[in-house]
Amino acid sequence: MAIGSVPLRYRISIDRDRCMECGRCVENCPYGTFRWEGDRIVVDSRTCTACHRCIAMCPRDAITLTEHPCDYRTHPVWTRDARESIYNQAKTGKIILAGMGNASPLPPIFDRLLLDACQVTNPSIDPLREPMELRTYIGKKPSRLSFKRGEGGEVELQTELSPNLKLDTPIMIGHMSYGAISLNAQLALAKGAHEAGTFLGTGEGGMHPAIFPYQDNMIVQVASGRFGVDVDYLNRGAAIEIKIGQGAKPGIGGHLPGEKVCADVSCTRMIPLGSDAISPAPHHDIYSIEDLAQLVRSLKEATEWKKPVFVKIAAVHNVAAIAAGIARSSADAVVVDGFRGGTGAAPKVFRDHVGIPIEAAVSAVDQKLRSQGVRNEISVIASGGITNAADVTKAIALGADAVYIGTAALVAMGCRVCGNCYRGLCPWGIATQRPDLVARLNPEVQAEHVANLIHAWTMEVSELMGAAGINAIESLRGNRDRLRGYMLDEGLLKVLDVKPVGA
Amino acid sequence: MVVHIDAADLHYTPLNKQIRAAVRDGEKEIVIDHVLGQRFIADGLVGEVTITVNGVPGGDLGMLMRGPTLVVHGNADHAPGNTMDGGTIIVHGSAGDAVAHSMRGGKVFVRDDIGYRGGIHMKEYEEKRPCLVVGGSARSYLGEYMAGGIVLVLRQGETGPFVERGIASGIHGGEIYIRGEIDEDCLAIGAKVLPFDEEHRAQIRPLIEEFCRHFGVEAAPLLGADYTRIGPASARPFAGKYTWE
Ligand code: SF4
Ligand code: SF4
Repeated sequence: MAIGSVPLRYRISIDRDRCMECGRCVENCPYGTFRWEGDRIVVDSRTCTACHRCIAMCPRDAITLTEHPCDYRTHPVWTRDARESIYNQAKTGKIILAGMGNASPLPPIFDRLLLDACQVTNPSIDPLREPMELRTYIGKKPSRLSFKRGEGGEVELQTELSPNLKLDTPIMIGHMSYGAISLNAQLALAKGAHEAGTFLGTGEGGMHPAIFPYQDNMIVQVASGRFGVDVDYLNRGAAIEIKIGQGAKPGIGGHLPGEKVCADVSCTRMIPLGSDAISPAPHHDIYSIEDLAQLVRSLKEATEWKKPVFVKIAAVHNVAAIAAGIARSSADAVVVDGFRGGTGAAPKVFRDHVGIPIEAAVSAVDQKLRSQGVRNEISVIASGGITNAADVTKAIALGADAVYIGTAALVAMGCRVCGNCYRGLCPWGIATQRPDLVARLNPEVQAEHVANLIHAWTMEVSELMGAAGINAIESLRGNRDRLRGYMLDEGLLKVLDVKPVGA
Repeated sequence: MVVHIDAADLHYTPLNKQIRAAVRDGEKEIVIDHVLGQRFIADGLVGEVTITVNGVPGGDLGMLMRGPTLVVHGNADHAPGNTMDGGTIIVHGSAGDAVAHSMRGGKVFVRDDIGYRGGIHMKEYEEKRPCLVVGGSARSYLGEYMAGGIVLVLRQGETGPFVERGIASGIHGGEIYIRGEIDEDCLAIGAKVLPFDEEHRAQIRPLIEEFCRHFGVEAAPLLGADYTRIGPASARPFAGKYTWE
């Protein structure tokens, strides 16, 4: 007790004049912030995570949540967070786990990139009356096509085309496994993606039979733990993704704690009930780019070369060179996950300090692949910190073919980004396996919200493109001339290959 | 009828196509001659068929396969039995690194030695209990991250203690049996030597007998030998590593 407890983070209060003592807050808060004491509801603000469930469910708007102002001595270096992390570790001697994306206050580069709009001489395009082409194909493209003329004069394509994924929008949903999220949540995402004509990732958790009706929209993941991976699973997916790294925790593996491995999760992952699901940092059959190529080809061979294979890596300092190696491994797409990528659980020190921003990474990858003449051999998918349609548009202008969204899709289903995903108590029924909490998420309703979000962003992308005088996503891809950097230093402008504003 | 495939100068994709076509036609026995480094033989293959591989297959032999029996007359490269679901692989020779990597069902028998990371991340689920039996010795990181199944190393011809490093780091399920003693300094984090008694001898008996049948080895000395049994110190090796934000 020598260190004592730290100050409250949030304060919950009930306006007693408005409250009708219906008890919904008590029922809705899984963290036990509210409890009945006789016929009165009392509050223990210390347990509150700011998940907003109680506020959303209170019929009288009687609940107020305030972020509790820091009352430590102010100090520019020894912030509240720095001090409290030390208190925590001094007491426990353990690694601090955290959820969601990077929480350090670094300015997103996306916000310092400004999009272009046409004016008089080169008029903008009105997407209401002009056709806008947002269809995107993910996979290898031939550098040239060859044709043959048949006996009767008909033209035949001679080039053998690689399988591609056909997307109605450049927005996909990244990998969130059943286990990390609930089945209802994954089902809602799958239905939503189906509605929107796009794809989502299974994450490293196998595929539950409830998802089978949407398997044509699923990208199945193969990570180092190989959970749930067998040949049926590979054949079900529309594409296969090998996960090497993840933006929230580059260089380390994944670990689903045994508490979350309930009966259904255990059968989907094909592991015993309650056992830890450990995905070590490396794939034990990959120690070089040649080994990676071997796994890519092996997965293609097992599925008779019918599926595109993606390789997902975290955005790290030499990401461009790694992507160039991947481009030569027979992979069809490289997914680059930036340091703002979300997660169910990562060591906080990794989440907040390892990796680089997606904006710089995707631009570096695109330039490197172009300079080596292999850009057409592989698609580039950007993920990690895409928060709106402008980010999507900017990511494509920096060289991505498409983006993965993760947190944004969860927010569309009600997630309040409270960051407590790893505790398994998600009050919105998303990052939990507790049946009563899972039942709070209605897959039908939330699927619609997910589809709405993708639809809305897709329309916004098309408006932004129209304003910039562009009518096809292909003309936006890597089109850095439509971007200008504002308050970015010269070095970063060079990495992004973007001119400053006014230039 | 036995189907013969001549693999000389044949790339692995057309080779696998021929194998798949034969299995689809209901063939039960396939012999592949002149195998010289072709990878992915029987990769993802499903069916009840015996495939004899004459020569040296390349990496990922029988990866993801479910059902077939592969008999290799020669050595095998990297990761035979990788993520294999069911069936049997019998190697009349040695095999490379990562043998039986993430294997989730079926059996792999290697007559001689295997390389590094054997049985790594093997896992089991319900009735699926994968087994790796090695007649000779194994190198470091044996059974690392093992989550289920059995690894049995017979170390024929060796008499000293087993001294390869990093045995079973992060093991959280399954068991490793090594004939003779092991240097306990070679046990990695999470691994523990467990008692070996008659119940365990009975457990490995059918595997030893099957090994001896495949390779024409006399079973009695192996059945009567002493084994060191290694398993997880806990099913949750990393449970105590983390605290909340
Ligand atoms: S944890 Fe969520 S539900 Fe509980 S009091 Fe805080 S905001 Fe309300
Ligand atoms: S939910 Fe609102 S009205 Fe109901 S008891 Fe809680 S504070 Fe009062």
